[in-house]
Amino acid sequence: MHSAARIILSSLLAGLVLTVLPLPMWAKSLRPEWTALILIYWCMALPQRVGVTVAWTVGLLQDVLQGFLLGSHALAFGIAAFLTLKLHQRIRVFPLWQQALSTLLLLLVIQLILLWVRGLSGHPDADWQYWLPALTGTALWPPLFLGLRAIRRRFQVQ
Amino acid sequence: MEHTIKPLFRQGPSIAARVIVLALFSILLMALDQRQSVPDPVRYMLAAVVYPIRLVADFPFKMGNVVSRELSGRRQLMAENERLQAQRLLNEARLQKLDALEEENIRLRQLLDSSYDIGASVLIAPLMRIDLDPYSHLIQIGKGVRDGVFRGQPVLDANGIVGQVDKVGPLSAIVRLTTDPSHAIPVRVNRNGIRSIAVGTGNLRKLKLLNLPNNTDVRVGDLLITSGLGGRFPRGYPVARVASVTTDPGPAFARVLARPTAALDRLQEVLLVKRDQQAVQLASTTDETNSPPGKQPRP
Repeated sequence: MHSAARIILSSLLAGLVLTVLPLPMWAKSLRPEWTALILIYWCMALPQRVGVTVAWTVGLLQDVLQGFLLGSHALAFGIAAFLTLKLHQRIRVFPLWQQALSTLLLLLVIQLILLWVRGLSGHPDADWQYWLPALTGTALWPPLFLGLRAIRRRFQVQ
Repeated sequence: MEHTIKPLFRQGPSIAARVIVLALFSILLMALDQRQSVPDPVRYMLAAVVYPIRLVADFPFKMGNVVSRELSGRRQLMAENERLQAQRLLNEARLQKLDALEEENIRLRQLLDSSYDIGASVLIAPLMRIDLDPYSHLIQIGKGVRDGVFRGQPVLDANGIVGQVDKVGPLSAIVRLTTDPSHAIPVRVNRNGIRSIAVGTGNLRKLKLLNLPNNTDVRVGDLLITSGLGGRFPRGYPVARVASVTTDPGPAFARVLARPTAALDRLQEVLLVKRDQQAVQLASTTDETNSPPGKQPRP
C-alpha cells in the first residue's frame, strides 16, 4: 500500500522534472504537458487513489515551478481530472487509439483553460504553436500508457 | 477480516463538489497572485517545495559545464587567462577616469540640487538552466531571499539591463527579462536625453519604444539608458541600442525598435543591484545631458 503511493508520486515528480528540463529552442513548443498525461493515466487506472485533489496539488506545484500565475495549472488539471474520473470507465476499455483521442480532448481542455487565464491576466494571445503540445501529448499517449501500465503491473500498484 | 472488498462507490464528498471548491479556491489564488498579495510565507514554502525539482532538472547542464571545464586544455586556459588579464587592465584604467568623472558629476549635481546614485553594490547570481513558461521571458537564478534578493530588484549583465526580479523563493528567484511582453522600462536616449518607455515584444532581440513623435530626434545606433524615473531601475545603465526607426505619416507615433545590449539569449551569470539606502529623489527632472560624449576607446 505504502509503495503504491510512492510510485505514483515519483512518476508525477518525474513529470514535473520533464516539464522544466531545458530543451533546444526548436523543441520548446513541442513539449507535451507531461504532468497532465501522467495524471490522466493515474486518474483513469486508479480513480480511487488519484483524483481531483492530487491533480490540483500537482498543478499548483507546476505553477510555482514554471512561474505561472498561481492556481492556473491547478484549475486546469483539477477540471481535467474531474472529466477523466467521470469518463474513466468508458475510456479504460477503449482501444489505444481511441484513448489517445480522448486524451487529446482532455489536453485541449487544459490548454483552453490556460489560454483563458492568460488572456484574463493580460498576456497577449498565443499563435497556432500554442496548440502543438496537445498534439505531441496525443502522439506520446500510447507509449506512455503502455509504459505506465507496465510499471503499475510490475509493482502491483493498486 | 482484514482484506475487505474495496467499495466500488466510496467517495467522500462527491467529486463534483470537490472540484467546484478547488476551482473556486484556484480562482481566488489567481486573483491574489495577480495583485501580488499572496502572503510571503506561502510563496516561500511553495518555492522551497519545488526547489529540489529545479535542482534535478538543472543537474545535467551543471555536470556538462563541470566536465567541459575539466577537459578544456591548459593552453586554452592560458589564452583565456591572458585575455582576461588584458581586459582587466583596460577596465581598471577606465575606472580611474570614471572616479574622477563621478566626483565631478556629484559636484555638478549638487549645484543643480539633484540626487545622484552613488555606486551601488552588486550580487552575482548563477543562472539555473531550466525552462519556464514558454510564452513569457523568464529566467531562473540561483539566489533568493536568503541572499537578500527582493521583488523588483534590477538585474544586469556585463552589457546592460537584463530585467527585474519577479518572484522570489528562499534559495532561488525568477527574473522577468526586459523583452517579456508584459515588461516596460523607462529609458532615455543617451545622446540628447529624449525620454521614452521601452516595452518588451516577446522577441529576445527587440524592444519597442513608445510615444515617440514622428519628428523625434532618434537615430539608428543611439544608446538607450535607464532614466531612473519610476524609481525601480537605477539611472544610467545601458538598456538597448536603436535598431530601426520607421516614420509613417499615418500613425501618430514613430515606430522605433531597439536591440537590448545585454546578451539575453546567452546569459551565464547575472548581477543583482543592491539598492542600499538611497531613495531615488525626483528632484532631477531636469534632463541635462550628464554623460560624457561617447566612450574613450583608449585609457
